[in-house]
Amino acid sequence: MNDTVNENNTDVGPGIYRKLFFSFFKIGGFTFGGGWAMISLIEREIVDNHQWIRREEFLDLLAIAQSMPGILAVNIATTVGEKLKGWKGSAVAALGTILPSFLIILAIAIFLTPDMIKNNRVIASIFMGIRPAVVALIIAPVITTAKAAKLGWKTIWIPLVVALLISLDLGFISNPILFIVLGALFGYLIWRFSTKRARKEIDNNVKS
Amino acid sequence: MNFYLKLIWAYLKIGIFGFGGGYAMLSLVEKSVVDPGWISETMFTDIVAISQMTPGPIGINSATYIGYVAPHSVDPALQGVGWGIAGSILATLAVTVPSFILVLTSSRFIRKHQESGAIKAVFNGLRPVIVGLIASAAILLMNASNFNPNGISWQLVTNIIICAAAFCLVFFPIKLGKKKFKFHPILVIILAGLAGFLIYY
Repeated sequence: MNDTVNENNTDVGPGIYRKLFFSFFKIGGFTFGGGWAMISLIEREIVDNHQWIRREEFLDLLAIAQSMPGILAVNIATTVGEKLKGWKGSAVAALGTILPSFLIILAIAIFLTPDMIKNNRVIASIFMGIRPAVVALIIAPVITTAKAAKLGWKTIWIPLVVALLISLDLGFISNPILFIVLGALFGYLIWRFSTKRARKEIDNNVKS
Repeated sequence: MNFYLKLIWAYLKIGIFGFGGGYAMLSLVEKSVVDPGWISETMFTDIVAISQMTPGPIGINSATYIGYVAPHSVDPALQGVGWGIAGSILATLAVTVPSFILVLTSSRFIRKHQESGAIKAVFNGLRPVIVGLIASAAILLMNASNFNPNGISWQLVTNIIICAAAFCLVFFPIKLGKKKFKFHPILVIILAGLAGFLIYY
């Protein structure tokens, strides 16, 4: 595969906004399961098909998109669009990503009303079976992310306490935002503290 | 009108603090929309199921759906498709705009701190929390309205079996000859819906 961007690439011409929009529209409309499932499709479309950006650049953008809050797929679209055409490009790419799911869900929401789920016997029975399965679909990523986070005896208590406090409904201390802020803060502080100590040790070694 | 401001505020918060992907966002979404009574617990679970079965990120899908349903369920005067569409547009924009602005304004800042290791450190701290967030979403959904809505014990037992079976299907790879595969979540939801129809209809 060609990893270099063609200098006189006609793809970055005047039709770029339209192409950018439809590329991300296609990606948003055909991937199930959100950001992680989309990455390979976006890479193929942006790096291989259109050759808008180089692979190393794409990986760089991906790292930025992942360190932002919010919806990963939209963040990737924003970084790619920005790289190509500034804020206008990112607006077009982000809209393209959002629009398919927005339209599909809106159509479903208009026709499948809460009353219908409750009162239509067929639909009600189907959803009664689906609800316990949804819980299972969320338990599975708990285990896979716990494995990926390489939790040890020193850290395993964190998710346990977080999950317990959030599900107990104790007002302020059950707010997920509190734990996100604390996690980020402590991660940063531990790093600051340990790098400072490491620097001091190096300084001491140099002096002696 | 006031309700739409609340809706925007709730989804702005979800957009700003939603780290760790769709599942990790769920408990935040549930706290913001189920606790104030905008939608019911079962409706929330149904929306998660529908979001799974349709393309696109779960964060967008749930914002669009909840934005459509919530105005009417909070204030019966807000009846009609127009109010719903307004809600879904506002919620979807509110959940995406914060990170959109962040990406545009702070790419350079992020790049600089990524090299220094600060960003990595922040995520080292976030990672165990994210596991807890996903677990809390699962625990919050393990409630009577999802497992035992009619207070009948055989239904409770059946629903626990459906949950356990669904977990095994998505979690454990199945060997078929030399190939290993896992059931796709969409297929599991379809099977569970079929089971629901056969058992409860």
